[in-house]
This record gives sequence, structure tokens and C-alpha cells, in this order.
Amino acid sequence: MSGALGKDLLGLEHLSGDQIRLILDTAEPFKEVSERAIKKVPALRGKTIVNLFFEASTRTRISFEFAEKRLSADTVNVAASGSSVVKGETLVDTARNLEAMRIDMVVMRHGSSGAAKFLADRIVSSVINAGDGKHEHPTQGLLDLLTIRDHRPIAGTKVCIVGDVLHSRVARSNIWGLLKLGAEVAVCGPASLLPLGIEALGVQVFRRVEEAIAWADVINVLRLQLERMQTGYIPSVREYYRVFGVTMERLERAPRDLLIMHPGPMNRGVEIDSRVADGPHSVILNQVTNGVAVRMAVLYLLAGGKPELAEAAKGASDR
Amino acid sequence: MKPILLRGARVLDPANGRDEVADLLLEGGLVKGIGRALGTPDGATVLEGKGLVAAPGFVDLHAHLREPGREDVETIATGARAAAAGGFSAVCAMPNTDPVTDNQAAVGFIVRQAGLAGFARVYPIGAVSVGQKGEQLAEFGELVAAGAVAVSDDGRPVATAHLMRTALEYARTFDIPVIDHCEDVTLSHGGAMHEGVTSTRLGLKGIPRSSEDVIVARDIALAALTGGHVHFAHVSTAGAVALIREAKTRGLRVTAEVTPHHFTLTDAACEGYDTNAKMNPPLREAGDLAALRGALADGTIDCIATDHAPHHYDAKEAEFDNAPFGVVGLETALGLALTELVEPGTLTLAQLVDRMAARPAAIAHLPGGALRPGGPADVVVFDPGQEWTVDPSRFFSKSRNTPFAGRRLRGAVRWTIVGGKVVHTAGDRPDAPDRSGR
Ligand SMILES: [Zn+2]
Repeated sequence: MSGALGKDLLGLEHLSGDQIRLILDTAEPFKEVSERAIKKVPALRGKTIVNLFFEASTRTRISFEFAEKRLSADTVNVAASGSSVVKGETLVDTARNLEAMRIDMVVMRHGSSGAAKFLADRIVSSVINAGDGKHEHPTQGLLDLLTIRDHRPIAGTKVCIVGDVLHSRVARSNIWGLLKLGAEVAVCGPASLLPLGIEALGVQVFRRVEEAIAWADVINVLRLQLERMQTGYIPSVREYYRVFGVTMERLERAPRDLLIMHPGPMNRGVEIDSRVADGPHSVILNQVTNGVAVRMAVLYLLAGGKPELAEAAKGASDR
Repeated sequence: MKPILLRGARVLDPANGRDEVADLLLEGGLVKGIGRALGTPDGATVLEGKGLVAAPGFVDLHAHLREPGREDVETIATGARAAAAGGFSAVCAMPNTDPVTDNQAAVGFIVRQAGLAGFARVYPIGAVSVGQKGEQLAEFGELVAAGAVAVSDDGRPVATAHLMRTALEYARTFDIPVIDHCEDVTLSHGGAMHEGVTSTRLGLKGIPRSSEDVIVARDIALAALTGGHVHFAHVSTAGAVALIREAKTRGLRVTAEVTPHHFTLTDAACEGYDTNAKMNPPLREAGDLAALRGALADGTIDCIATDHAPHHYDAKEAEFDNAPFGVVGLETALGLALTELVEPGTLTLAQLVDRMAARPAAIAHLPGGALRPGGPADVVVFDPGQEWTVDPSRFFSKSRNTPFAGRRLRGAVRWTIVGGKVVHTAGDRPDAPDRSGR
């Protein structure tokens, strides 16, 4: 099982611009499937997929599940809590068990960076990284790219990622994907939440959110994990909102119309003002819709589907 | 025990300024003579040394032999055997065992086990604090009386500045070094590798250089205050090198070691989440590596130590975050030092022998480290030009966790002799029957 993307999707860092464009292009016809009365095509009929979530993530898991079901795959969900497959078992043993069950694909969310590669190196099935620690969350990066592309060409667009970049796999996948498609990328946040040497990845750093807003075409607001206060990275939620919050007042001073994105789930009034999240520049719900299409594209391509047949695959149920 | 005559090797003994082709006669556990055309005593074993280097057996100030507690990954016997295979005639055992080596009975146990094994000499290092808990000083007097040659809370730093101060003061009575693993755990907490661009890309929590540097600076200030002897374990940063260099110019009693992995590899080895590249302190960057090599050359760093840290293969077969720190090192140290330091001209062969034998022996006041008539017959004989490929399945250590598997190295041990007995011969296999050194 090895097509244009190889066996697995572990991250965007090691994909080419062409591979990323291929996924986005393949997602286009799948967008429409979700708009139909019968939201199902037979492209992955007979394929078995395990959704293996070592960390709770309702939204990513549901998005994958919809994508799998709309492609007619057989799916099993395994959550870390309440499963003997996972509890107290090493990842090696989990991998061996999965291998023994002869499944076609594994979608895995795991708290340790590199866990997806660890699994992919040990099983024949395709592995899709649904978020590994602070490393990557490639399908989130892809759906963010698709959402930007719906509104403007990515090349030349200035995108600033605002918030806790240090702990964010979403930020890393966005940075790689955007750079490969020719965007200009910046990050902004308290220095305690920006990783050392981030500039070396090819991004600018803004210390003040006002400067980021003045510069950017797109602001991607990251969720602030509330435990960052206890671990001493920032003093308080109130202070964070005051200094780094993406607020209506700040956006009103922007020299141009901005697209506002957020990977969810949002902390309203912490990293983002509700009026911004619900306002005319927010494309946050488009992101959610595109998430299903992008995941359908990834599943389809990894399963060996021909990109040029995606249109036909979509049409199959029409006939 | 038969006398041994090693004939025609290049005898390299920097402690006595000797570098000449000569014969070496070992008898009664001691060096009997060094010179040309020494007679062959009756019944002597003759070893042909032509083209080989004979040097004082290497001394490793830093090894984790895991016994008692983790005999599944290493024992004193297998560790001492691995040491012999690496050309070490003496190895110092760190006290972070289970139970901790913090009392005279525990020290005595290690001495006894090493005596039974009979390969490299094993010198116990006692704990600085009871249970290595960082609270109450261990009984240095009893530890030393039982055979300890230094104290350390290695595995972790000496917990507080006050404890380090009192340890340095108290150790003066026994003239032993306090070996510190320098890490500010509030800075390194949860870190899995060096903090830099690679950790940023891999999404792994970083351990900043400053985690090491601030404790090195603390300990230097305390060495100045107390007049005690601090030995810095496994120095990894350019900043620590600069601090130690400056402390030495002030005449403070500070010494330092570097490991082969820290002078050979950078954090790039962690790419692909290779858990065999996970160690503490972590592999740093090219600038640090250059500083470490320079410091070994100019004497700022006194010696090479392995920080041999065996782990079960299951433990390293895990997510990077969850894998333990550490690599085995006894059997690759000489090859790495010759390939990485002598071949590019950073050290001369004589300097290398100095950094692996004379200096470490002097730091812990151990016998050996030199070849002089009447001194212990602890000798390593190696072929500096012989190439070989690291094959962990041939290690004498019980563990295989090395980032150097498959690496071509130049320089291989031919014989290791301890107390006048050959305890390792090139070609010995770990799986061969009767490999007792007795
Ligand atoms: Zn240590």
C-alpha cells in the first residue's frame, strides 16, 4: 500500500510542496461529498481502519471517523481509557497486536513526540499521525492550508501563528506546510512559549501581537492550555488575554482584512475574543468542514487511490 | 602465575615520559622491568608486541555497573569483563544502585563481587547523601575505609548548594573528590534532549546548556569557598568548559571528564527519535563538541570517562520521552578516542594515554595509570591502526544500547592485563565457555 505519499502520513516536514498540493487538490472533490444528502462513496470499501487515541480528542477523532465512514471503510475506535489493548501495554506491544489483526490503516493520537514514527516503523499498515506530542498534527496543518486556499493563494500570504508555539504540534505542521507552499510565516507569543531556535525554521518572530496583526494576512490563534500557568510559563489567563489576546479592538487597527483561524477547541476570552471568533473574518467553522475533506483525501491517497480518480470516486455513488 | 614478557611493543607511559620500543616484563603482579633485551624468565608467557602500543591500563572514573539491583542489565562481573575488553584495567562504579551504595556494607559488597569476578579492578564510589536523597551526608569515613575512592550522587546532581558545600568540606579529611553530575533540575525538568533547533523540530522538551552551566558555576564557587576537590562528571557544554578553564587558572581544585559520546556526536543523532542517542547530559551541538575536544587537548578537561549506562533493550524500545537516559561505553571508548581525537590530530597518542590512564588515576588517587618497575602490572596493549566495526552482539556487557552500532573505528585492544594476568585477549567471545579471568 504505497502511493504518491508513501506508506504513512507522519508530518508535513518531510513532504514536498507537490505532495501537499496533491492532498489539497484531492480534497476538493471530497468537499462536495459532505454537502450531499447521501454522504458516502465506496472508495475504501473493505478497508479496515483503527482509530487509536491515547489522548482524548473528540473533535479530531470524530472528523477522522466521518472521513472514514464517508469513504465506506470499516472502522474501530480504541480509546486509551477502558481498553485492554492500550492500558499498561507498551507501544511496541500495541503495534504487534495491531499488526496481528491485519488492519489496513491506523490513525493514532499519542502524547509523545515521535510516537507515530515509532509505530509506522514497526507495522506494515499505513499510519496517519493524528497528533504526536508537541511534534506534528499533519491533517490539521493540511486543513488549515485548504482553508486559506479557499480564500486566497497561499504563496505570498503572510500567516502569523499566535500563542503557545512551544507546546503546539499544530504550529509545527502549519509552519512546514505554509513554507513549502510559499507563504511567509511568523510566530507571536510570550518568549516563554516560543521554542528556542524557531527562527532557524524560516519564520519571523513578533514579540507583540499588535505588530503581528499589522503584518499578517492570516492569524492562526492557538489554544492556550490552561495548565501553562501552574508550570510557570505565564502569570495568568487575565494577563495573557490583556497582552496577547486577539481582540476586536486590536483587529480594528489592522491595515487590511484578516482571516482568523483557530484549531479549536477555543478558550473564549483567553486567546481569542468571542466577537472575533464569531465575527465576519473568522473561518473557524470552514476549518472544521475542510477537516473532513482533507482527511478523506489523505485516507484515499494512502490507500493507494489514484488522485486523478478522486473525482470519479466521488461520482461513484451518483451512478 | 606465570611471568609475562611483552616483546617489542611501543611502550607509552606519559606519567614517566616514556615513549620507546621496548620489552615489558611482568612478574608477581608487578612490573618487573622495562627495557631492551630483557631475559625471558623460565616459564614466561611471551607476547609479541611488534607494531602494538603498550600503555598503562585505562582507568574509567564513571561507570554504572547496575549491581546490586539491576543484574538483568549488568553485573559487576559482566561490567568488569566489558571494561577489560575495552582496555580498562580499572573502573569506578557509581553508587546509584538499588539499594544505593551509601554505607560500608554496600561498598564492601562491590569490592567482594569484583574480587570474585577477577577482570578489571572495580573501585566503588560512595553516595554523597544517604539514599542519594540530597538531605543527609553519607558516612564518608566508613565508605572510604571499606574501599570507596570518591563520592557522588550521580544520576542526579548534589541537590543543594549547602549540601555540596558540606560534602566538599567533609571530603577534605579523606582527600577524595566529590564528583558532581551538574544539572539544575528546575531547568532540565521533563527534558529529553538538548534544547535547540533539533528539539524544536522534533517537538521534544529541551534541556538547555544553562542547566549544566549554573551548577558548574555553583560548584566552582564552593570549591573556592571550601578548598575541596570537585570533579565534574560528563561535561557537555562550551559554557562549562569556559567556567572550568577559568577556575583552573585561579588554581582551584577542579577536575573534569568528558565521555566519548559527547566528543563524537551532536544532537543530530536524535533525529528519527533514536532512543540510543538519549543521554543525560544530552548530546549538544557542533560548537560544544569543538570546545570539548579543545579542552581535552589543552588539559582543561582532564580525562575521558565512559558513563557506561546499560539498559534493557525493552526500555530503549519505547517512545523517546519514555526511554531511559544512557548508553553503554566501555567497549567503544578506545576506538572512538583514537578515531575521533588522535586521527584528526586533536590529541597525540601519548596525550590520549594520559587522558585515559594517568590523569583519571591521579584524580581518584588510584594505583596504576603508569608503568614503573615495582608498580602494578596493569597494562593495555592495543593496535592503533586496526579497523573494526562496532557490533553490539559481540559486547561483553549484558546490554546493547549504543548509538555506534555499525560504525567503523580504528584502534583495537589486543590484550588487557590486570595484576600481571591477561584478562582479555582480542578475539575472546562473550559466548565462549570459560572466560574467567581467574
Ligand atoms: Zn551523570
